[in-house]
Amino acid sequence: MLRLLSRALLGGPVTEASPGPDPEGLSELARRLQGATRARLGRSLMIREVDAGSCNGCELELHALGNPVYDVERFGIRFVASPRHADVLLVTGPVTTNMAEALERTWRATPAPKWVVAVGDCAIDGGCFAGSYAVAGGVDKVVPVDLRIKGCPPRPRDVLAGLLALLETVEGRR
Amino acid sequence: MAERASLKLIDTLVAAGGAPVASHRPWPRYVLDAAGWQKLVEGLGAAPHWALLDLWGEPDAVHAALYDESAQAIAVASLSCPDRRFPTLSAVRPAAGRMERAARDLFALDAHDAIDKRPWLDHGRWPVGGAHAKAPYNFLPVEGEGLHVIPVGPVHAGIIEPGHFRFTASGETVVRLEERLGYVHKGIEGLMAGKTPAEAARFAARVSGDSAVAHSLAFARAVEAALEAEPPPRAIWLRALMAELERIANHLGDFGAVCNDVAFTFIHAKCGELREHCLRAADQGFGHRLMMDCIVPGGVVRDLDPGAVGGLQALIAELKRDLPLLSQLYDAKASLQDRTVGTGRVTSDFVNRFAAGGFIGRATGRGFDARRHPGYAPYGDLAFDVPVLEDGDVNARVWIRIHEIEQSLKLLEQILAKLPAGPLAVELPARGGEGMAMVEGFRGEAICWVRLDAAGRVARARPRDPSWLQWPLLEAAILDNIVGDFPVCNKSFNCSYSGHDL
Repeated sequence: MLRLLSRALLGGPVTEASPGPDPEGLSELARRLQGATRARLGRSLMIREVDAGSCNGCELELHALGNPVYDVERFGIRFVASPRHADVLLVTGPVTTNMAEALERTWRATPAPKWVVAVGDCAIDGGCFAGSYAVAGGVDKVVPVDLRIKGCPPRPRDVLAGLLALLETVEGRR
Repeated sequence: MAERASLKLIDTLVAAGGAPVASHRPWPRYVLDAAGWQKLVEGLGAAPHWALLDLWGEPDAVHAALYDESAQAIAVASLSCPDRRFPTLSAVRPAAGRMERAARDLFALDAHDAIDKRPWLDHGRWPVGGAHAKAPYNFLPVEGEGLHVIPVGPVHAGIIEPGHFRFTASGETVVRLEERLGYVHKGIEGLMAGKTPAEAARFAARVSGDSAVAHSLAFARAVEAALEAEPPPRAIWLRALMAELERIANHLGDFGAVCNDVAFTFIHAKCGELREHCLRAADQGFGHRLMMDCIVPGGVVRDLDPGAVGGLQALIAELKRDLPLLSQLYDAKASLQDRTVGTGRVTSDFVNRFAAGGFIGRATGRGFDARRHPGYAPYGDLAFDVPVLEDGDVNARVWIRIHEIEQSLKLLEQILAKLPAGPLAVELPARGGEGMAMVEGFRGEAICWVRLDAAGRVARARPRDPSWLQWPLLEAAILDNIVGDFPVCNKSFNCSYSGHDL
């Protein structure tokens, strides 16, 4: 352990610089949040992730946000265990008909003010699974969506840029 | 016992009157009549060495893929059932139970003498669903003094896929776990039907995001078997390169996550960094971090970026340097060992009865690895070991992963050294046929069965994730463990929800 620790200490952080907020995300959010909510969040976002039917690809990349290279917690962004602790629902996957009610109930359990981020092409419009008997469609078929992050799956950097845009917007509306 | 082990699957199917299907490759498929199917049921009862690989439906037929472990022979047995009734295999192969329930949900095929006829994938919410799934789901009753029930999910506390777990506990000790899955059923098999193989490959890559390479490869090989097509050598070797890279990335993720679930975050952080380097090497090499849509029937979509070879070699060097340090650290920490040794034990009896593959089988003495048997190119030209342990606990599953990373690193070095030059894909003919393939993904053997119609389109595709045979064992592994150890047991299994639910 000593060898690994000393190398970690001497080698400096492996964490990369912030990608900065996604300009496209900023403008989408500015539209969505116009005069809507008074932010009381401080520089912190608590996120509850909901897989509403994904192939697990998006989850793998959301996990990567927590690794030392992206280190999402340095921005005050944390994944929490309960929707009751969350400011943001981060939803992946086409919403399957078998998950639609669970997603809606999770949204209802999240206290206002709250935001919903649809992560990945499936969450945006059902992606390649759209049209199946077992798929309701994109996340906005079930709950209102504030921000969309494209990709199949989106790269962690893209998710981070989207979340930073959300953070900026929330802070800017204090 | 010797006599039992000598009971040969294929001889039995032929003796049961099985009519061989000429267009099915590379392994035989036999169509049985009702009496022949009954003989199959009896044979399964008498031959514990016949593993049930899969059972799936079509509108008027049911198919079972079987593996004779003694003769190392694979065959598919089919029963035409226009009345939509067939005798269950679940009495002789418990793993068939959930598969038969799924076949009923999807094709209204009734395993009429099965004990458990509850719906499985159909939660009564599909517009096209069956009437049998409309009633509230009946969980198995548990009775006893002082027992309490803990329902968990489908939305879990972490960043994981949805499923429902119903624990019955006596104090802290789990006395029963019942799983309920199907929440992420997207209708993948239905979506693949009617597509060209190239279009359907997109769905195969999304059966389970962590096994994008494995399922893409199984589907591609099944289509190639059906069409008797042989991809060019360079494509075959690039596929193996991707498969081993995927294996390493997933094993690193799970090794770290198991340690994280017992609150040893240092290994988790380090594994997270190493996994990130794997995904970046994949991205640099093939243009996608999870290597989705890189493998298609006929070959591969793009060549390995020449600039990425250096990155892959650096990755191999980094892992060879750091993995021994991490595994020594894992081995030396009493706080880790205390939580993983003896936890979540699966018995070899269960593993063999369910024919569970991957690290779950190999951590419990079942050494099956599809790269060896039935085997496929280029693994015959590569030197590697298949590590096997006996303990069957979380610790053994961690060690199998560590050893498999070591083996995959050796394989990567050999592949990079021997990578043949040449074209990347062959043109596929547009004609009919049936094919099947089995490849070793990180989680175990990924199987795909496919039937192409006369125009060369997918008439029926059936991807089978190894999780089908592993999920049931998690229910057994957690018994007599404390509720608080469920996350680490679950992570040591890391079954796929999406791959199972389809």
